[in-house]
Amino acid sequence: MCGIVGLYLKKKKLHSQLGSYLSAMLDNMSSRGPDSAGFAIYNNKEKKRYKYSLCLSKKVNLNNFEEDIKKNFKNLDIKTISDHTILYTSAKPQKFIPFIKKNYENILLIGYGKSIEIFKQVGSPKDIVKKFNLDQFSGSHGIGHTRMATESAITIDGSHPYSTGEDECLVHNGSLSNHNNLRRELIKKGQEFHSLNDTEVAAGYISNKLSKNKSMKNTLTDCLSNLDGFYTFIVGTNNGFAILRDEIACKPAVIAENANYVAVASEFQAMAHLPNVNKAKIYEPEPGVVYTWGK
Amino acid sequence: MGKIENLDFKKNSLRKINSFLQNISYKNNKREFTVKNPRGEHAICAGLKENILVKINGHVGYYCGGMNQKAKIVIDGNAGTGLGENMMSGTIHVKGNTSQSTGATAHGGTIIVDGNASSRCGISMKGVDIIVKGSVGHMSGFMAQAGTLLVCGNAGEALGDSIYETVIYIAGNPKSLGVDCIEKKITKNDIKKIENLLKQGNINKLKAINFKKFGSARKLYNFNIDNASDY
Repeated sequence: MCGIVGLYLKKKKLHSQLGSYLSAMLDNMSSRGPDSAGFAIYNNKEKKRYKYSLCLSKKVNLNNFEEDIKKNFKNLDIKTISDHTILYTSAKPQKFIPFIKKNYENILLIGYGKSIEIFKQVGSPKDIVKKFNLDQFSGSHGIGHTRMATESAITIDGSHPYSTGEDECLVHNGSLSNHNNLRRELIKKGQEFHSLNDTEVAAGYISNKLSKNKSMKNTLTDCLSNLDGFYTFIVGTNNGFAILRDEIACKPAVIAENANYVAVASEFQAMAHLPNVNKAKIYEPEPGVVYTWGK
Repeated sequence: MGKIENLDFKKNSLRKINSFLQNISYKNNKREFTVKNPRGEHAICAGLKENILVKINGHVGYYCGGMNQKAKIVIDGNAGTGLGENMMSGTIHVKGNTSQSTGATAHGGTIIVDGNASSRCGISMKGVDIIVKGSVGHMSGFMAQAGTLLVCGNAGEALGDSIYETVIYIAGNPKSLGVDCIEKKITKNDIKKIENLLKQGNINKLKAINFKKFGSARKLYNFNIDNASDY
């Protein structure tokens, strides 16, 4: 099953509400995915530095890690919530990512970019939203996922959102059937994968296309001919998000749009709390059609 | 419960509201009820059994009015997947749009959608009449067995795929026809049926002669090796 949600705020004055709106959306989608949950928040405050979203296993001593990392990188800020740490540094991904991979086997890099912050955990979405204080977050847009595991194990590795490129992430409701073959092809092209999950492959596929300067619209249109299976995708980028449903369209999605926001969710009830939603334009994304919002 | 003002999802649970509506005493004089703040909850008004009128103010989730018998349900909003699934009799009127599988497997009664119905509208319907004032999505009328699907707008791909004896009337055009679905000649009897449905749907802009008729070619009823690729 799985539940997916996304919220794009059109007005800056609403940005401080992003977390509280999104946390209620995720909470509501617990019924579609009680196994794990995650979310990505886009907040454009950083101009020069990168943000690295890290998930630390219990084996890591946070204080030691902080000291260690401060020795190696300057102009550094660290924000820790629950078992997640966001590192703000001007160090470029080409330098920082290999450093983390080489030195910390118990730290998982789950996303990076100038805007994105990712949090995900195993357990009930209600608890996860609370642990990470999602309702305190501000930002321009965010996407989230509640997982009912089918393809791979219930682990952080198997939790959405999947980020396979700078400021990119993907949440997925459905299942792919050609992901093993596609994973092998993408590995040959240099894409890295950390799990056996089907969605990570779709995320890698999308990142690979986007990195070749393909537009979001063309990239997602290519998904229709190269990804087999069922899917409703929400793809987040620095600028906004995009939605795609496969042509069979058995995985649901509903969009509510007004002058203040664009909300998307697996079910309307996830957005029933949003202000004036009953008067918003409410519609279902058509099968096989790419929808994008953003700057 | 028991008081009409409590049919409000801000004040009561789905189970309590449904249970109240499912157990209206036949001798009760009160026959009209209003449900408030439905917030897209699932299975609202499922399993109603009496000739009552329920107005729902707002959008509903999945399977609203499922298994309905006799009741008239009016939804002032949109409806999610499987509206009126397995309905036996009565009427459901949606003033907005409906999601996929509207009227799935419904045996009787009437469903009226003022807006559009998305994919698989009337899938496996078994006798219900479905009136859609807008358009329907792909695979509508899939394996539909009996009853009538009337569409004032257009239909998506593969209309009436593997259809049995449901009759489809459509004023616009289907994007494509499904396997074993063909256009048929409109008869005087069809005109009467369409006029009756237009009246039920309170549709004045269209006349019976505006509609085309689609139904089963009946070539898939028995296995035929030449059709193997169509099954």
